[in-house]
Formats: sequence, C-alpha cells, structure tokens
Amino acid sequence: MVWDNLTLALAAIGQWDTILLMCVGVAAGLLAGSIPGFTIAMAVVLTLPFTFSMPPEQGLATMISVLVGGLSGGLMSGILTGIPGTPSSVATTFDGFPMARRGEPGLALGLGVWSSFCGGMISAVLLVLFAPQLARIGLEFQPWDFFMLVIFALTVTASLAGENLIKGLIAGALGLLVRTVGEDDAVGVGRFDFGSDYLLSGFDFIAVLIGLFAFSQLLADVRDPVKARQALTDQGDVRIRIEHGRAIRELMKRWTTVVRSALIGMFTGILPGAGGSIANILAYDQAKKASKEPETFGKGNPEGIIAPETSNNAVEGGALTPLMALGIPGDVTAAIMLGALLIHDIVPGPTFISDEPVLAYSIFIAFFCANFIMLGMQSGMLRVFVLVTRIRMYMLAGVILGLATIGVFALNNSADDLWTLFWFGLLGFAMRQLGFPLAPMILGVVLGNIAELNLSRALAIDTDLTLFVTRPWAMFFTIVALFSAVFPWYQSRAAEGARWTRFYVPLMLICVSLPLFLMEGWFRTALAGAALAIAAFLLWRATRPQAA
Amino acid sequence: MTLNRDSIVAICLLVICGGLAMASLDIREPDYGQLSPATWPRIIVGVMTVLTVIFLVQSLRAGPNEPPDAPREPIGGIAGFFGYWRNVLWCFVLFGAYLLAIPYAGILLGGTAFVFALLTALGGTRNVLLHVVIAAVTVGGMWTIFTFALKVILPRGEWTGF
Repeated sequence: MVWDNLTLALAAIGQWDTILLMCVGVAAGLLAGSIPGFTIAMAVVLTLPFTFSMPPEQGLATMISVLVGGLSGGLMSGILTGIPGTPSSVATTFDGFPMARRGEPGLALGLGVWSSFCGGMISAVLLVLFAPQLARIGLEFQPWDFFMLVIFALTVTASLAGENLIKGLIAGALGLLVRTVGEDDAVGVGRFDFGSDYLLSGFDFIAVLIGLFAFSQLLADVRDPVKARQALTDQGDVRIRIEHGRAIRELMKRWTTVVRSALIGMFTGILPGAGGSIANILAYDQAKKASKEPETFGKGNPEGIIAPETSNNAVEGGALTPLMALGIPGDVTAAIMLGALLIHDIVPGPTFISDEPVLAYSIFIAFFCANFIMLGMQSGMLRVFVLVTRIRMYMLAGVILGLATIGVFALNNSADDLWTLFWFGLLGFAMRQLGFPLAPMILGVVLGNIAELNLSRALAIDTDLTLFVTRPWAMFFTIVALFSAVFPWYQSRAAEGARWTRFYVPLMLICVSLPLFLMEGWFRTALAGAALAIAAFLLWRATRPQAA
Repeated sequence: MTLNRDSIVAICLLVICGGLAMASLDIREPDYGQLSPATWPRIIVGVMTVLTVIFLVQSLRAGPNEPPDAPREPIGGIAGFFGYWRNVLWCFVLFGAYLLAIPYAGILLGGTAFVFALLTALGGTRNVLLHVVIAAVTVGGMWTIFTFALKVILPRGEWTGF
C-alpha cells in the first residue's frame, strides 16, 4: 500500500512539467530570498494564484519549491553584502559577512549552501517520520480538543509574534472576526454584511492574505522615498566560486552542530507562529554556548554560519508537520499552504495522510527534491542572485503590485477580490505602523472557520461547556495556552532575576502532567511521571539556598 | 490627560467593537442548528472588547510617552505629513484608480498604465522609457501566461475590448 502510494506520488512529481515548475519555483524562491525586504511568505503567497489551475500535487510541489528556495536565498546577500535577504538569515550575517570580508567568501557560501541542504534534508526525514505519528495522535482529538488546539495556536503565535502580547491577541481576534464576515458556513445566514453584496459573499482569504502580507510589506518598503530609489545593495562580488569540497569537510567535522541546529529548527517550526526568524537566532546562540571558542563568534566562525542556516531550513519541515497531521499550520507560510490545499477542496486534518496518501507522499517527495534542486541552483546561479539585489525597491514594488492584481483576480475571476486586496493592504499597513503583529491575524483568518466548525460540532454533541477544559487533550492545550500567554512576561522578569520565575517551568510541568495522566496508554503515564520528576528536581534546585 | 498613540487606537477599537456588537444583534437566528450564527461572532467581539480594555488600561498607564514601536512622526504640518507618506499615498491612490479603471480599460492596458504610473510616481521621471518597458513586459507577460497558459479569462475593458 505504501509502495503503491509512493509510486503514484513519484509519478506525479516526476513528470517533466512538474520538475520544470519546481525548478522555476526554487529559482523564484532563491531570488525572493536574496532580495532584502521581500519575505519568503510574500513569495509563497504570490505564487499561490499561479497554482490554482494546476493539479494539487503539482501546485503544492511548486509552492514547496518556492519555500525551500526562499529559505536558502537569504544567505547569499547576507554573506556577500552583510544585509540579510530574509529575517531567517539574520544570524548568518554575524559570521558569514566577516568570513567573506577576510577573503573566504567561497567557503562562507559553501557552508551556507550545504548547511541549508542538510537542514532541509534532516527536517524532510523528520517530517516523513513524525507527521504520520502525530496524525495518529490527532485521530484521538474530538471537536473540543480541536477548538482548544486552535486557541492554543493563536495564543502561542500572539505571544511569540510581537513584543506586546495583548496586541498579538487583538490581532488574532481580528483575524477570527474577518473570517466571520459573510454567509455562515453552516446555515447560510449573512453576518456583518451591512446590506452589501460584497460583504455578504465574504472575503476570499487568499486575497486577504496577499493584502495583509504582501501589499502592506511593499508599502512599508517604499515608504521612504530616498531608500525606495536606491539599489537594494551595491556591494558583493559576483565572481565568486563556492568551495564545495572544503565546506563539506567543515560540515562533517561539525556534525553535532548540524544535528542540534536542525532539531532546534524543527521544534521551532512545529510551534505555531515561531518561524525561521526565531530559529536562526536560537540555533546561533546554542552553537555559541556549546562552542569551545565562543569568542571567535562574530569574527567568521564556521559554526556561526552552519547553525543558523541549518535551523532556518529545518523550520519548514517542522511547520508542515502539524499542518499535514492536524490541519494546523506551524507558521505563516504553512498557513498559505493550507490555503493552497483548501483551493483544491482538500481539508487537512488527522485523516489527511490516510485519505489523500498520494498527495501527502507528493508533498514529502517534493520537499526532498526541492532541496536537491536548491543545492544545484544555488551553486550554479549565484551570479544572478547577487545581481538581483541591485534592483531598486520601487521598481520591485510597482511590478509586484501590478502582478499581484492579476494573480488575485484569477483566484475566483472576481473583481471583488481586488478590492479585498486593496482594503486589507491598507489594514495590514496600518497594523504594521501601529505595532500590531500580522502573524496572529493571518492565523486567525486561516483558522477561524476551523474553530467555529469545531465549536458548533462540540455543542451539537454535548452542551456541557466544561468539556472544553476537562477532556484530557483540551485540558492539555488550555494549560499550554495559558502558560504560553504568560511566557513573554516570564521571559522579561526572568532576565531581571525575579524569584517567582524559577517556579514557572516546574509549575508548567506539574500542570501538564495532569492531562497526560488522564490519557490512555502507559507511554503517556510514563511521560507524565517523567514531567513530575523533572518538576520536582527543578523545584528542589529553585528552593535550594543560593551559593554566595 | 494626554493620550498616546496606543490609547487612541484602543479607543477606536472599542468603538469598532461596540459597532460590531450592535451589528451582531441584526444577525438572523434560524430555528435550526445547534450553534446560532451570531454566537461565534459575539464570542470574538466579546473577547476582543476585553482585550482592548486591557490594552487601553496598559496604554494609559504608560502615560503620554509614545510606545517604543511608534514610527518616526512626520514634521512640518500637512506638507510634512504628505511628504512623509507620499509614496504610500501614491500607491493607494493609483491602485484605487486602477481598480476603478479596470472595467473600462481592462486588466492588460489598465495594469500596464498602473505599473508605469506607479514606477514614475515612486521613481521620478528620469527613467520614463525604462518604466514603460518594465510595465509592458511584466504585465504583458503575466497577462499572456494567465490568458494562454492557465486559460484564465482576465477582465476585458469596455472601451478597449481586450
């Protein structure tokens, strides 16, 4: 059965037109990633309209290629010019740029390219291994659990996305609210339409995403008239050759950093709202802490390139895992992938892998293939990617706005979607200017219907509201959501040395062990026992008198 | 009392929440279905109102100082405001005009004109010829891909016929 599905998926991905589209996708992603100010999510969301007329396997393979390319594209401008192409490559510049300046740009690029490849491959393997297992757990979820899972996803995203948790939560609620406009899915009653046919038909959520993310980003990029007319970068030597052999040898010597960073990336990707921008800094920090020569970080240490580049490429495998297993996207780009699936009337959830095995395997295969294509393209087309960073931002913005219009119209052949793009571009720009993070809002827009559907299903089964907090999984998500809501406060107070922060982690472990004990199976009971043991140890350490 | 930017935003949000709460009363309640169509929007509006009140209190406690994420304020009155936001305003005005023009000029001509106008407005008149070429090639290319390769019928102009 597995082999049959694998063969069918290989046949779908192995067609020449799909491979060609994947190459174009990787190239587009690499270009987008190498342009400072052009985010990966923006590249993926702009690709979406092109894919709607393709078969789902082909469309998703193209989008995954853009994503994989984008994750790797940021390293080139970061290493050669010191300006990261994407936020997920910020830490790469800390050591990549100094290494390039001291005369080893070929090695720096080689380390970046091969680390990206390793990160992508490790996360692809973990995705294949973990997604079906997580989906098996997901089959236990009932509507109460799914509802609380959405609330948990929104809370975590809000707490990680910005400096102000309340602003993040308001943005998340706003996203949920946007999704309620128009006809109710269950009974077809109009909501918040104010007598307008445009509002009654609801907002196409892809147009909302493009407006919120791409349109508003472009406006922010061209706000400064002087910067808008300048070339993005005017530095960087385009006659460099990547030192593959030396880079691979360096990488093999530091395989522990590769594995650790890939795991950090994978874990960060699974967490809703925490993407490559967090993973690369975390991995860099851990590599520095684990290094025997931390003082060389920031001066061109190879591990300073390996860690962030491995982790930021591993993020997407992590973000795709909850999407494929539970239908809950791990980050904004995975949310856009969810949109791509919904366009093809495929609703991801715990039964996705078993109901749509060919498509699921196609995603796995595309993820592997895209990493190989990325490796080849990044090595062969370095010159083009460096040259593209010399484009002026106003030209890029003007062209993208024009092209986005065509793409958005093509979604439903509706001019109304263009107005949605316009209004949400305005809203997204205002939110950016006012310091509201967009990621929770986007997740709210994407997950709004799922939350309402599960709330409705739950109440149809039983009107007892306590089930939302007393069922083991629902309780688990409630507890984690509450602790994640307090996390930013804990983090800032912990830095100041507040005593209560020592009890945060033990308390969380104790609380989490309760639903684990309530679940069936010896493994979860053992896990709960382990959590309690760790909590007891941490409590003992926290209450021990401090050495002077 | 001097209000900072966040306080003003919070008050505006509260007004919106109030308006939406009122609008939720107009949602028809059918006799069938377990969950009324109005319940979920009301829950969200309720949660948002509570969050906004917390946000308002938080911003009032912060005092008149602008929050750390506040953008640099434009200086120089109305002229300064328009100078600061010039490019953003150009984008919105031209994009709005483009959307209004699509039914008459079509997406090919309207899109080309929009991209050219936007490039010239943002980049100045020094590279007009380059702007014409960029607009024609990019919009024309996209139009060709969608029309002939993806078989999407893009809006035709009442005046132009294409």
